[in-house]
Formats: sequence, structure tokens, C-alpha cells
Amino acid sequence: MSFVNSFFTALQALRLNGLRSLLTTLGIIIGIASVIVMVAIGNGARKSVEEQIERLGSSMLTVFPSTRASRGQASGRFMPFSEKTMYALELELPDVLAVTGDISAQVTLVSAETDWATTVRGVNATYPLVRNQLVADGDFFAAEDVTSGRRYAVIGATIQREVFGEISAVGASIRLNNVPFEVIGVLAATGETFRGRDSDDVILAPLKTVRDRLAGNWRPVPDRIDSMYFLFRQGIDIDEAKADLETALRLDRNIEPGQNDNFRVLSFASFVQARNETSKTFSYLLAAAAGISLLVGGIGIMNIMLVSVTERTREIGLRMAIGARRRDIMIQFLIEAVVLCTIGGLIGLALGLGGAYAITSLAEWEILIEPSLVIIAIVTSLAVGIVFGFFPARQAARLSPIDALRYE
Amino acid sequence: MEAVVTCRELYKIYTMGGQEVRALDGVSFDIHEGEFISIMGPSGSGKSTLMNMIGALDVPTTGSLRIAGEDIATMTPDDLASLRNRTVGFVFQQFNLLRRTTALDNVKLPLLYRDGSLDEAKIRAIEALRRVGLEDRMDHHPSQLSGGQQQRVAIARALVNNPKIILADEPTGALDSQTSEDIMQLFSELNDHGVTIIVVTHEQEVADLTRRILRLRDGHIIADEREDLVA
Repeated sequence: MSFVNSFFTALQALRLNGLRSLLTTLGIIIGIASVIVMVAIGNGARKSVEEQIERLGSSMLTVFPSTRASRGQASGRFMPFSEKTMYALELELPDVLAVTGDISAQVTLVSAETDWATTVRGVNATYPLVRNQLVADGDFFAAEDVTSGRRYAVIGATIQREVFGEISAVGASIRLNNVPFEVIGVLAATGETFRGRDSDDVILAPLKTVRDRLAGNWRPVPDRIDSMYFLFRQGIDIDEAKADLETALRLDRNIEPGQNDNFRVLSFASFVQARNETSKTFSYLLAAAAGISLLVGGIGIMNIMLVSVTERTREIGLRMAIGARRRDIMIQFLIEAVVLCTIGGLIGLALGLGGAYAITSLAEWEILIEPSLVIIAIVTSLAVGIVFGFFPARQAARLSPIDALRYE
Repeated sequence: MEAVVTCRELYKIYTMGGQEVRALDGVSFDIHEGEFISIMGPSGSGKSTLMNMIGALDVPTTGSLRIAGEDIATMTPDDLASLRNRTVGFVFQQFNLLRRTTALDNVKLPLLYRDGSLDEAKIRAIEALRRVGLEDRMDHHPSQLSGGQQQRVAIARALVNNPKIILADEPTGALDSQTSEDIMQLFSELNDHGVTIIVVTHEQEVADLTRRILRLRDGHIIADEREDLVA
């Protein structure tokens, strides 16, 4: 029997048992829908990681202090870095292009119109280069402004929007915790949030100014900085650079071999990936749900096909008596199972796409809908149909025509 | 006339509950092309077994059986399927039509298991329905047809591949006597056009309408009566 004929025979048989067929495919529908949501989220997460790494630069390392865990106990306070250390490392490590320190303080911004609570970060003039940060309006401060401790401020896009509205903030006078500053630039929006905080709700100011005027000095380390960013030459092995940096820092901070580090070095790739761990966990859960649904759904298909073979034993006998080969019977039932699964797969695809869109709007996870999702849905349901349809189809094909004809 | 069925020392032996059952116990006969023959016998006589063999649904334990010149002992399952498809047409007591499928599609069914276009299959199926006088009912489902009409559809299905042999297993068993006569009349007409008809029955009245009666009992042929000899 030709494939086309087998296909129509299968459709006809399924139509005769419409409701039963639909219920049978429920497991497949749920399974395929889970697969689609999973792949859409996985693709979306991968795409967003790639985009962020590309934008932030794959050759940047962030260093910040951490408490040192020793004998199971967290010991001491965060040990800050010093500018001296940072510049020494810049000279020592061969592939460093630029560095910037970072010291932050919570401030209240007072402008002519309104007050605004935000974070001010003291950084070096190299910050736009190191962090790949564009200035949308006005200028960033220069190296001399940092050394001389000028009270210049470059504000984030959120502050421009919320405090100054449509009018450019460049040239405006503001007070940060009662210290007067002049706004000289506005940063381009990054559109990111980190740990629930808007990355554009920030003010950048010269490092020395922030430390002296806003963050407060700390006597043991007069030139302290909270964290450091190292930009390396493109194309170097970032993991090797990270190892070198860690070794140099351990030496600088007098950490004995065997002792734990009291700092952490993160590459932005790992940084960004860590942020996507939640969506990854969710993907694994969905994968498990998809696997179980497809297994249960497949067993459902197998069960209903076995019922169908039993119900139609006489039909099978008749078909054999009028010339159907075992292969024809086998193909007929296999196609029936595959068609059943594919119908379920297509319904599941539609449900999965709907679910993926619902999740982006609820969880703010990026999804990526690709044409390949359709192929994944079809191939997966085909595979389930073939795997679970095989046994019933073989049962049908192995019937003896005489017994099948006589079956009541 | 050429022999379309040649049986020589045919044995079919089953083991049932440790006991040997000889369903066919050394049967030899020929059926020639164009014959209209009935195989008679009480239940357990081996007539169903014999029918299954002639229909290539079953193979003998020993002995030789040739159908349309081919030795079925040497045939693969696919060859046997092809033989059932092209050389033999089955007619059953319970008609065995597919419910919820039109008369036309039922008749077309054997053509789907051989090469050929769907258009050609439709033309041949309509022609077969015309031969049994049901071309105006081709869009009816079996449930919309009388028993006699259903059996005619089944006969059309058996005819559609122009088989050498039509093998009918108690074809009138589910029909009233008038309809039975009509069906036997139809067989007789088909036989006049050269189709070999083999009817398996336990009814003497049905057998009397054929031209040769082969009587079986306990796996043996006990009589082979021909019309020309009887008359």
C-alpha cells in the first residue's frame, strides 16, 4: 500500500474515534509544549548572554573583596583594595589595556526641582573604555578631573528621565548629600537590571571626589577602592589572565598558600551566565516535565494502539486475506500512531508558543522563537510515535490471518 | 482445461493439548479452470482447513499444493500475500466489509495492496460493482445495505483484481433462502464468464447448485460427485 493511502487510512481510523484520539494525545501535547517553552527560554537565555558578553566585552575582569572562609567560619570584614595595588597590577600584568577603580556611596540628589535617592560611584576616567559605556550627552570627566577631585557628575539615563525629564541635565547644578556637583554628561542607557536594581539609576563621579566627599575615608587604607575592573587586550585567554591576576593579588594581600582568597575575580562571561542560572534551572525542570510527559504520553499512545489492534483484529485478518503483506499492516498502524502523535505535537507547539510568550511577559526572561522550534516539535512527536507505535504495529502484523479472521 | 488447484497427498496436522489432530489426512484432487465446485462436510471434517490452504492463508504440513501453477511450499509470506491479492478472491459468511466505509471504498481495498493508480482503482471498482448489479449503491455504507447487497459488495471486492479463483466460505450462511439463491445465481453467472468458483458449505441445497461436490469427512475425501456423472 502506498504511503499516501496508508496516511488517509490512518486519518480515517483516527477520525472514527475523535475524542479518544484527542485524550490519548494529551500527554504528547503537554510534553511537546514543555519542550517548546524549554527550548524558547534556553535559546533566549543563550542569546541574551551572548549579547551581554559582546556588549560588556569578553576580556574584562571584575575584582571585589570577599570574606575569607577559614575553618568553616567567615573571618573578618571585607578587606578593600587600594589604588596603589590597582596601578601596580596594571603595570605588572602584561595584557592589561586599562583599569578603573570603583567606590560607591548612597546619596540623595537634590536638584532645582526634586530629590532623588540613588547611588554615586567614584570611578576613573577610563571607566567608559573599560566598561564599554557610551556617553549619550555631554562628556565624561578626564584623568585630571579625577586627580584634582573635581565635583563633576555624569548621570545615568534613569536619573535624566526621572529628575530632569525632557530637558538635558548637562550644565545643571546638583547637590549630592549637600555637596555641590556639576552635571557634565549623561550616560547612554544600558537597559539592564542587576539584583533587581536599575543599572541606569546611577551617578558616576571622579573617584577621589567620591572618596573624599561622600564615601568617607578609612584610615588604614587612605586610597581605598571597593572594586576594580581590568580590561585586557582582545583575544587573550581570559581564564589565564584571571589566574595571573589571582596569583598577583594573593601575593599583594599576603595570602599564604592553602589559605582561602579574600577577594573574588569574575569574568563578565561568568557574571552574566550566573545571572541566567534561574532560567537554566527552570529549563531543567521543564526538560524533566517534558521527558515525563512524553514518556507517559507515549505509553498512552501505545495503550490506545494496542486497543485499536484488538478492536480491529477482524479488519486486519480481512486485509491480510485480500493481499496485505505483514509490512503493509505494520506501516498502517505505525502511521496511525505517528499521525496521532504529530497532531498532538502540533497542538503542543501552539500551546508551547503561547506559554513561552506568557512567560516572557511574566518573568521578563527573554525567549527566542525560531523556525527550528517547529522542526523540533515535529521530529520529537514523530520519534515518540515511531518508538511507542512500533510494538502495537508489530503485534498487528504478526497476527495469523486465519485467527484474525475468526476473531469475535 | 488446465488445473488451477492441484493437491497431492495433503496433510495438515495440529497438536492440540498433546494430541495429534489430522485436519487433513492425505487429500488429493484437482480443480480445473472454469469449474463451479462445492466442498462439503460437517464441522471438523477439514473443509475450513482445506479452504485456508487453497486461499494461501495456511500452508500444509506435508504434501504438495499448487495454486495457478505455483507451488505454495516454496513461496515467501509476501508471495503468498500477492497470491491472495491477485489470484484468489475471498467471500466470507459474515461479508467482512469495513463498516463506515462506502461500498466503493470496500471494493477498492484489494487494489490498494498492489501497484496502480487510484483513478484506475476507482474505474475497476465501479466495474466490479456493475458486475454484481450495485453500481448505483457505491456510495452507501454497509449498514445502509441489505445482507444480500452486502454479500454482493463482498463479491465485487473479490472480483476486482480479476482473480482466477473465487473462494467462498459459507457465502449464504447469513442469508435467507431467496437471497441465497440469488447469490448462487450470481456465482453461476460469474462462472459462465470463466471464473473458477469454489464454495465451502454444509448446506446440501447450496451444494446442489454447483456442478461438482467434493465431500470431506475426518480429513479424507469420501466422495467426488460431478454433475455430468450425477445426471
